[in-house]
Formats: sequence, C-alpha cells, structure tokens
Amino acid sequence: MTDRLPGFSTLAVHAGAQPDPTTGARATPIYQTTSFVFNDADHAASLFGLQAFGNIYTRIGNPTNAVLEERVAALEGGTAALAVASGHAAQLVVLQQLLRPGDEIIAARKLYGGSINQFTHAFKAFGWNVAWADPDEISTFEQAVTPHTKAIFIESIANPAGSITDIEAIAAVARKAGVPLIVDNTLATPYLIKPIDHGADIVVHSLTKFLGGHGNSLGGIIVDAGTFDWSKDNKYPMLSEPRPEYHGIKIQETFGNFAFAIACRVLGLRDLGPALSPFNAFMILTGIETLPLRMQKHCDNARAIAEFLSGHAAVASVDYAGLPGNAYNNLARKYAPKGAGAVFTFSLKGGYDAGVNLVSNLKLFSHLANVGDTRSLVIHPASTTHSQLDDAAKVRSGAAPDVVRLSIGIEDKEDLIADLDQALNA
Amino acid sequence: MNHDAYDDNYIRSILNSVKSIAMVGASPVNVRPSYFAFKYLAQRGYDMIPVNPGHVGKALMGKPFVASLADIGRPIDMVDIFRNSSHIMPVVEEALSLPQPPKVIWMQLGARDDAAAEKAEAAGLKVVMNRCPKIEYGRLSSEISWMGVNSRTLSSKRAPIPTQGMRLSLNRTSFGGGQTAASDRAAKNKTETT
Ligand SMILES: Cc1ncc(COP(=O)(O)O)c(C=O)c1O
Repeated sequence: MTDRLPGFSTLAVHAGAQPDPTTGARATPIYQTTSFVFNDADHAASLFGLQAFGNIYTRIGNPTNAVLEERVAALEGGTAALAVASGHAAQLVVLQQLLRPGDEIIAARKLYGGSINQFTHAFKAFGWNVAWADPDEISTFEQAVTPHTKAIFIESIANPAGSITDIEAIAAVARKAGVPLIVDNTLATPYLIKPIDHGADIVVHSLTKFLGGHGNSLGGIIVDAGTFDWSKDNKYPMLSEPRPEYHGIKIQETFGNFAFAIACRVLGLRDLGPALSPFNAFMILTGIETLPLRMQKHCDNARAIAEFLSGHAAVASVDYAGLPGNAYNNLARKYAPKGAGAVFTFSLKGGYDAGVNLVSNLKLFSHLANVGDTRSLVIHPASTTHSQLDDAAKVRSGAAPDVVRLSIGIEDKEDLIADLDQALNA
Repeated sequence: MNHDAYDDNYIRSILNSVKSIAMVGASPVNVRPSYFAFKYLAQRGYDMIPVNPGHVGKALMGKPFVASLADIGRPIDMVDIFRNSSHIMPVVEEALSLPQPPKVIWMQLGARDDAAAEKAEAAGLKVVMNRCPKIEYGRLSSEISWMGVNSRTLSSKRAPIPTQGMRLSLNRTSFGGGQTAASDRAAKNKTETT
C-alpha cells in the first residue's frame, strides 16, 4: 500500500491531534501547566541539550501548542512550525534568527500598518534596517538588494486593500539574492494560498485573524518550509555556527530541514519569551477545524458584497481583487482561485463625512480594529487608525478620507447587503 | 525503489525489524548529531555499536568503539552510515563482504550514493538514503510532534500508553502510513541503556 496524502479539510481537522494516549481524550486537551516532570537527571539533561524530543517548560513548548504547530505546518505544507503569542511576535522571532545589527530586510510597501510601524520603529532600534519596495513593481525589490540584505518580507494578500502579491516573481528575486522569502499569509490562510508552493521559505501568520477565525484569541505562528540552505556562505550564524547557548551545537546540521523552526524555538522563543497560552492554542485549533468552510463562505460573501457596492449610487469605487476589471484580478485568479479573501476597501462619493456616517449607521457590521472574524467588521481608517496623519499621508497609506475597509463575516449575505444598503442610504 | 520519497510503512518496517545497528562515523562528542542519534536509538532499545577507527579505546554510552564493521565480530541487522556521500561506497562494500551482511543500509540525512544503493539492493539489502533514523523514529512515534514538527501522520486510534515517561511507541496506527504489529521495543526494554 502506498501512502495516501490526506486532503486539506482532513488535515484541518486531524493534523497533529491524536487521541491522548493516557486518557483517550479525543479533543485536544488544554495542557494548562507551566512545566513537565523529567524521567530522571539524564532525561532532563538530554532535553536541555536538545538531544531528545520532549517538554520542559511552556515558554519553550507545550503539548497543546504543539498540536497547533503541527496542524498549521501540515496545512501550509511546511516541515515544522512554532506558535507564539501574536502575529507581531512571529515577525520578531523570525527576524531575530536572520538579522544582526546593520543588516537589512527588504519589505513590501503594502503591509498591515502595524507591521510598518514594527519595522520602522522597533526593529530600527535593534539596528535592523528596512528597505521598502513596491510589490506592484518587482524591479524595486531587485534594486533594493545589497550585500547586507538578509531576507525579503511580503504579504500574500495585503492589508488593508486586499491586493494580491506576485509571490513567484518576488521568490525569484530572493533566490537570486540568496536570501529567504518570508510571506505573511494572514489574510489568505493556506486554504486560499499556499506560499510555500510558490517559493516562500518561511510563512508567518497572525492566528488572531481567519485561522482562529472567531475574534477571541491572539496568536501567531512561524512555518518553516524546509527549503533554505542556512549554512551556505555562513550568512545566518544563528543556524550555521556552533551555538554557545547549547555547548556548540550547530542548529542546521543537527535538525536538517526543520532547523529554522527549531532555531525560532530554542534561540528565539526561549530567550525573547513571547509564548502562546495553551488556552489560546486550544481556541485557535478549534477554529482551524472549520477553516475550509468558513473561508469559502467569507470569500463568497465578500464577492457578493463587492458586487453590490459596485452598483450602489453612493459608492465611488470598490477595490476587491475578486472583481473582474480590478488591477489584481489576474493575480487573484492565479494565486487564489477559490476566492480573493474577505478584506477589501471601497470609497464613498461623499468623502470623509460619508465615511463617518456610514460607520455610525451600520447595525450588523461592528466598528473595530480587527479583521478575520466570523462577524462582519468595518473601519473608517481616516477617522480612526490613521486620524493622526495629514491628508496627503492618508492617501499614500491607502487611508484616504473617503476610504472604508470591510472584513466580511460568515453571516447571511442578504443581511449584510441590507445593512450596508440602509446605512449608505441613511 | 524510489529513493526520493519513502512510504512510512517501508521506514516503519525497517525500524521495527532491526535490533542491532552499527553506526559508522559515530562521535563521542556530545554535541554532534551522530551522538544524539546514537543515544536516542540506544534508549529506544536498539543494540548500538559505534564504529570509528579514530576513537578505538573509547566508549559511547558504555559501548566500546570498533575500527571497522569486520571488527564487530557478530552479525548486525543494520549499518547506519554517518559519513558524507563521498565516503559511502567503501562502507557499503565492506558491509557486503561481511560473512553475514546486514539486512539494511541506512545513509544519514544529507548522504546519498545511488550507485552504492544499487549495489546493496542487488545483494538483497534494503536501503534508506538521506534520512535520520532518530527523526524517522520520532516522526512515526509522533514524539517529534512535541517540537512542532510535521510528522505527516494522522491517527484516530489511541496510541499505546507511554511506559517510560516521555517516550512514545513506534506502534501507532496511522492513516497514510498503515499499521505495524511488531512489539514495542521501548516498552519492553524498560531499563535505560545509558
Ligand atoms: C496581515 C497582518 N499581519 C500581522 C498582523 C499582526 O498580528 P497580531 O495582531 O496577532 O500581532 C496583523 C494584524 O492585524 C495583520 O493583519
């Protein structure tokens, strides 16, 4: 018998989770414990020395979190994963393995605003420099490569406008430069796009969004594609050089094609500390079991609402990659044939005031700063997240005064359309 | 035999059937990957023999180093080669010339020599290349899942209860990997091989 490769929905339910061997519990237990007893002194030494697989302390690993890690690794087609406290923590831990002070990362200009802040301010203070490139002009990535470049960072579907990135073209630039491509796959999830199939070496997620999917738990994850040779040219000493933290172990030599995930755990999470609570891991795991069902409904609803808005008299334009004629529609058809995600923006003929009015008149959409919830969400960036910017800066960052961002939930689309219609007409 | 991808059943049947393993290129230095693998396999009940001419006179977890496969002086089930691809052929040739050749040639993660593999297979041996037996044991037992590694196995069956603290059995049913009936070495051999 040859091995059967399970499908995506089967993996979403089963990967990483087997019945608990001691109790027979079928759902994944919440191992709400800080620490784990050792068999004996030698076992403890083996675990601390990375010689044996096992649990020590929940800052380094936890059995509930491990189920989540294996599940997302399986869904993304990676070799291993590491769950952390938030999407931002995932980005921090990844870059800590790759950059030393004075090194550079090339990042797509179209990123979640919080990531732009993190790269611009917090990472800058670590001596990690960011060079911004335009995902709509691949040549800008090539031009940004210098001898100090250590990685390229993009979003598969970019927040806030839901634009689609040409992952393969940027992967080619990364390969030529000899650096890994990191893809934030938060808004697509592996149900819509599997970046590793298109050349990504590392995938990161904010689990807070569609993967958890219910707006109840913060979380982040790092997936190792197992594709990058970290020892070539000694550019990545955290992986290729003997680690003094572990008596001289070389991480890549010891852990092969899941070395990056191990480095993130034993050098990143262990020392920086942003561990995920096992309770959050449990909530997110439960969410992932229905990811394929939810994601399809999110996308189908989003498309119907984008079509409705396109035909509405109060709407100036709709920026949804799933609509024919949208600048990203060809990329959407190539990378995300099942749907172009559920986060997009549209602009109102009535400008700033119309945006403020729309948000206050909606009765089903929730006005808040998150995406990827079962509930439909709305935000008017110009009067909230981007209110401190002047008008020119608002336009540059995709938060022009007339722009409204939606994250479409899994309610009945007729009800969502009725809510938008009454608010637009109010 | 497709050496780019092995069925789990193939790997599992090897790890379940071999009892003695000669590790060629084993290192007594406790941060080397070969040391990790040697210790891990010894603790799971395999009869491990360290082979390394540079360390004769020393011992690894109480097992004396021997200089060559011939020096072992008794039949062994598997040769695990911890050497670069360029050093594989002479080891395979030596294994095949033993009075009673091993049943399995295993080449470590990163090592692959298709000509040597063909030679061993022509003589009736099973061959695994570019894999680590520790990682494969950890994967098929799902111990490796504790490290967030994708074991690429699924199961709705309750696995045997661990008998030695954090040590899981190789014998779990797995969708995608099939079932194994062999007895569980780690559970039977409760004494630590330290
Ligand atoms: C695309 C993207 N990446 C990263 C993050 C940050 O994730 P977290 O809030 O879990 O730190 C977000 C959050 O909005 C996001 O939308």
